[in-house]
Amino acid sequence: MLSHIVRRVLQSFGVLAVMSLLVFAAVYAVGNPMDILVNPQSDQDEIARATAALGLDRSLLEQYFIFIKHASTGDLGRSFAFNVPAIGLILERMPATLELATAAMLIAVLLGIPLGLWAGLKPRSAAGRTIMAGSILGFSLPTFWVGLMLIMVFSVWLGWLPTSGRGPTTNLIGIPVSFLTLEGLRHLALPAANLALFNMSLLIRLTRSGTREALQQDYVRFARAKGLTETRIVGVHVLRNVLVPVVTVAGVEFGSVIAFAVVTESIFASPGMGKLLIDSISVLDRPVIVGYLCIVVTLRVRPGEAR
Amino acid sequence: MTPAQRIAAEFATSRVALAGFALLALVLLAAALAPWISPQDPYDLARLDLLDSRLPPGARSAAGTVYWLGTDDQGRDMLSAILYGLRTSVAVGFASTALGLTIGVSLGLAAAWLGGWLDALLMRLADLQLSFPSILIALVLLAVLGQGLDKIIVALVAVQWAYYARTARAAALVERRKEYIDAAVALALSNARIIFRHLLPNCLPPLLVLATVQVAAAITLEATLSFLGLGLPITQPSLGLLISNGFNYLLSGHYWISVFPGIALVLAVVSINLVADRLQDVLDPHERR
Repeated sequence: MLSHIVRRVLQSFGVLAVMSLLVFAAVYAVGNPMDILVNPQSDQDEIARATAALGLDRSLLEQYFIFIKHASTGDLGRSFAFNVPAIGLILERMPATLELATAAMLIAVLLGIPLGLWAGLKPRSAAGRTIMAGSILGFSLPTFWVGLMLIMVFSVWLGWLPTSGRGPTTNLIGIPVSFLTLEGLRHLALPAANLALFNMSLLIRLTRSGTREALQQDYVRFARAKGLTETRIVGVHVLRNVLVPVVTVAGVEFGSVIAFAVVTESIFASPGMGKLLIDSISVLDRPVIVGYLCIVVTLRVRPGEAR
Repeated sequence: MTPAQRIAAEFATSRVALAGFALLALVLLAAALAPWISPQDPYDLARLDLLDSRLPPGARSAAGTVYWLGTDDQGRDMLSAILYGLRTSVAVGFASTALGLTIGVSLGLAAAWLGGWLDALLMRLADLQLSFPSILIALVLLAVLGQGLDKIIVALVAVQWAYYARTARAAALVERRKEYIDAAVALALSNARIIFRHLLPNCLPPLLVLATVQVAAAITLEATLSFLGLGLPITQPSLGLLISNGFNYLLSGHYWISVFPGIALVLAVVSINLVADRLQDVLDPHERR
């Protein structure tokens, strides 16, 4: 077990090193951020001074080694656009994203597993078929379009929920969170539901096929023969065996939920890391782009299947 | 009965799949014929009338033509814009899948056939890439490459190749142990002939299923990236960009500018997925989900 953990940690460092070098080289190749950052009226001297101040006059390799040296102490460089440490900028936005991702995952698990169980137990019933049809739609519908539809229905037509932002935040051990107030929850509802949709569909499918498989197993037949109640058979014998792969997938998918928060945060103008990434890409804010990716890799983003 | 006929007959036994297939045919036809069936050339600025901007569906223009799906902020007929957008989206989806499939399958077959360091290198690379969500890879690539039709195709190919390479390699590793390959080797056929005439055709079923799913995934991903403003430039609007443009007016109740392009996108993606689902049942009975 220990050797396994050590190997995984080393692997993560390997991925981190390769990824940061690739991204660094790639982002380096994209043109000069000075074009965007400096006032176009400034003269050559000013541009040269600003370039040197950001360390952009050095060679790629030099810049990369300086970056690695600083990164090992937790310093990912200063944002070009905001002139504050990139890591601080990202960490400041992180609670919003983690809150959104956690809420989405909770919705996916708390709705997906019971619905999948139902569809697995009664595959031929109207409810079972409806649940499956819904999950196919959940897979097929583009996440961002569903987000727009949610805004249209619940905000514009019905006027029940707000369209953007996080709402008021309260401090929970120094971290600003919005799920403690009703207003914050109202802001969280639509983005979380939007982000949950894909994984809810995935969990419905997994739970359903797991349930159907488990029902054919000898231990379930035996439990029936023993005269156990249906509740006990499903609740103890079926569910417990179904949950193993489901929990694994839910864990693995957390990383891709964070990545897909990029889309949801852009739609709902939620001030999270994903929105920061999009904004940084448009102004070529290298340290923030590289920093975001390093942090997401560190959070162990695992295989994100095609979505 | 040829294998293709058998597959077609089995495919047709599902009514849902047939409906999906019919819908897909309609979508493809609309995309292919867009320049000829659109009521208006949506990108000929001389034909646009700003007085007609943001008209609701069914409204009449000053000139008397009916805008069945309304108009956008520049007075553009939405139906025409959607048909052209669908054309772009579908073209990008199919082109990137075809390219990705070719590159991925070649690399996968090479890895399986040659083995050794090439195999190890390619598979580690694929592992590394698949450990990131595809949208992140595409985002970073587009940040680096910039906007444009060729660039988004490059990004989509880069996202897809690893899936094909892995699937092709796995299938080829199973097939190459079979006797017909031994027989082909014993006949001293050239490597190229064995790989393309004997190995590849037998690896195709799972690849076809995957490629169909990936066309839908590529169309969705392209739409998402365009929606975020990182995909296609405004001169070649795909459905994603139309939806993004309409989003600005959604809050003021002009729903049709983003809802209808969205419905077109959904129809395209759902029809492809329905076909893919059935193909999987027919071609790959062991992998039924």
